[in-house]
Amino acid sequence: MLYALCFLLFMIGLYCAVVKKNMVKIVVGIMIMEYAVNLFLIMLGYRAGGTAPILHASQVDPQTASITAHFLNTAVDPLPQALVLTSIVISLGSLALMISICIRTYAKYGTFDITEIRRLRG
Amino acid sequence: MNVPLPMFVAVPLVVAFVLPVLPKAGKAVATLLANLATVCLVVLAVLSVGEARVYEMGGWSIPLGINLVLDGLSSLLLLAVSAVSAAAMLFSTRYMEQYTAKPKFLSLFLLMVAGMNGVILSGDVFNLYVFLEIASIASYALVGFGCEHEELEAAFKYMVLGSIASVFILFGVALVYGNTGSLNMAYISRAIQGTGMNAGLSFALSLFIVGFGLKAALVPFHAWLPDAHPSAPAPISAMLSGVLIKALGVYALARLIFNVFGVSIPVGWVLIALGLLSMVAGGFLAIGQWDFKRLLAYSSISQVGYVVLGVGLGVLLLATGANVAWASLAILGGLFHLVNHSVYKSLLFLTSGSVEMATGTRQMKDLGGLADRMPVTRAACTVASASIAGVPPFPGFWSKLILVIAAVQARFYWIAAVIVLVSVCTLIMYLKVQRYVFLGEVPESLRDVRESRGSMLAAMVFLTVLCLAMSLLVLVPSLRVAVLEPAVNVLVNGADYSIQVAGL
Amino acid sequence: MKGMTVIVKTVSSWVKVLIFLFGIYIILFGHLTPGGGFAGGVILASSYVLLMLAFGREFVEDNLPLPVASRLDCLGALLFALIAVLGLALGGTFFVNFLYQKYLVGEPFKLVSGGTIPLSNLAIGLKVGASLFLVIFALSVFRCDSEKPGSPRLSDPPAEKKE
Repeated sequence: MLYALCFLLFMIGLYCAVVKKNMVKIVVGIMIMEYAVNLFLIMLGYRAGGTAPILHASQVDPQTASITAHFLNTAVDPLPQALVLTSIVISLGSLALMISICIRTYAKYGTFDITEIRRLRG
Repeated sequence: MNVPLPMFVAVPLVVAFVLPVLPKAGKAVATLLANLATVCLVVLAVLSVGEARVYEMGGWSIPLGINLVLDGLSSLLLLAVSAVSAAAMLFSTRYMEQYTAKPKFLSLFLLMVAGMNGVILSGDVFNLYVFLEIASIASYALVGFGCEHEELEAAFKYMVLGSIASVFILFGVALVYGNTGSLNMAYISRAIQGTGMNAGLSFALSLFIVGFGLKAALVPFHAWLPDAHPSAPAPISAMLSGVLIKALGVYALARLIFNVFGVSIPVGWVLIALGLLSMVAGGFLAIGQWDFKRLLAYSSISQVGYVVLGVGLGVLLLATGANVAWASLAILGGLFHLVNHSVYKSLLFLTSGSVEMATGTRQMKDLGGLADRMPVTRAACTVASASIAGVPPFPGFWSKLILVIAAVQARFYWIAAVIVLVSVCTLIMYLKVQRYVFLGEVPESLRDVRESRGSMLAAMVFLTVLCLAMSLLVLVPSLRVAVLEPAVNVLVNGADYSIQVAGL
Repeated sequence: MKGMTVIVKTVSSWVKVLIFLFGIYIILFGHLTPGGGFAGGVILASSYVLLMLAFGREFVEDNLPLPVASRLDCLGALLFALIAVLGLALGGTFFVNFLYQKYLVGEPFKLVSGGTIPLSNLAIGLKVGASLFLVIFALSVFRCDSEKPGSPRLSDPPAEKKE
């Protein structure tokens, strides 16, 4: 059910990126799409009633130096969290570049409207 | 020789970050360092031909850690990427004097090369996505490098479409992780062989085809390429058209379909349809172009269609259980065409850059009669044009012949007819280039045009010699067995990937 | 850019130190608590952004000139690459945790533990902080001329903003 809502958010972002005519709105649409995919990726690791996967000294068995079974059974999957962290960094770099291209284009053409920025055709 | 595989990514990355630290007066040192880095990559790529290795990063064993895989297909593409990037870097030492901020250009260029090497060597699906993004974002910045009107518009268009493609690919990676529980390609391949494809994995595969198809500029998704490739500086056009659309698009798609997901009949037909559409649309749209680089860009779309057609034919033949030799031949044709096209399309873009730097224009109606004034450029362009059009002793002829033979053997006569028809179109468009740029009357404004000098000349001569030598790759049996056959075997025996990499 | 009122300037000059310290804390304890290099670097950059908003761009440019920030950025990346290559030289595999294997094991859950991971966090924090600062600084160069709304210029010197 929640995955369907994620997919709906993805579709809203795709609609915004495809239909809108203002450059900044297109960029916002792409960011909504990336946000939806990050959300989907985090929800993949979810476990109902789980705890954060941060190890504390009380969850390590002192004699055998191994992690207690209780922790392993209730912790959420930490791998999607690492993936989403990387993905957020990538989309930050991408957003910075997109915004700077938008600003430079505005300085050259004087408008944000993509229907008027059409020197390249054919 | 045992080259540690991360060196392919680490060498350009480290040099890219050393370059901005050098003082402003050290521009010559920066250029020298960057050229040394690309030449070093060529040496490393040549040394690692013929080996098959798995490198586990950080000592963590599969599937806990990320691994890098070097097999036949990877080494073939590494050779292509390093050769083209060495030539483009050599060309840009002279060509980029027209632009400001040259050290930043060199850093971005090396980052793009590092990203492409990472995509080719990666053995893990999310690692592939990260390096794909590094290469893509570097290329978005490089396309808009001149910051003029058209370059910014082209960069924005490219960036929006490329980002949407990357988001699709990330969504596919998330679905694959959710359905199989692992990110390692060998483990995913094993899981899919065990349980088969369910709805989630089929949706993930279609997302991958759309995403990587957009990166490879296949026809419904090609809208960014005719604007981006002409607007970029000439060495970057050579890199984009020559290696980026293939390493990020065609290679990743082939790796995922053959080795990870497994071949199936619908996927084969989809690839064949996309390939045919690209060939025909690119070919016909290119003939009417009057801008030199825009014509070359549409021609790129057409030639990538050939490669995807060959790969798709291989998928279909393997999936229907036909003779494995036919599938091998089709994939051999596709891969050889990929390597050929890297060399001669980048040579064509470099010659167009040389013409543009000498005359200041790209419009073929304003050019003419440059054959006497720029003899080396003219010779290079003729060799590359004859090769791409499929004239007999040049390598383009052999790759198209192999594709036609493979199509006829598999009894797809109509596909063979379309290949021949589009080859005729390609011949027409390159005769147009030769006629309007090099033959004919010299216009008044171009009387004092002279040949390019120095590093631009060296780069074009290097690629011309390579272009002429590529025929030997398929005609001399020992070279074919050493370089091309391992690549074909990796794809044909795609199901063995998990056994060879992880021993599962 | 001129900057803001006296209240904002005073408060932000107290708060910027706390933000910077918090960023360093997140980076240093990255192997024990959530956060790590990237989050800490973003917080470091945001302390400079606060300064840029409160005091104006020229003040920050005198404080941390652009070439210095660019060199810090590259230094962070090269430090990270150095850790990876030292893993190859001393440990046998690229990026292996050579401190944890041989030299400095430390005790779990203390600050000195985890081998090369805290060093990697430091390098990443330095790089991300410097990079984000440069990005936001570069984006703030463009400004609108307030007499003719809607026509931006790329230029310095900054015109006086009409109150």
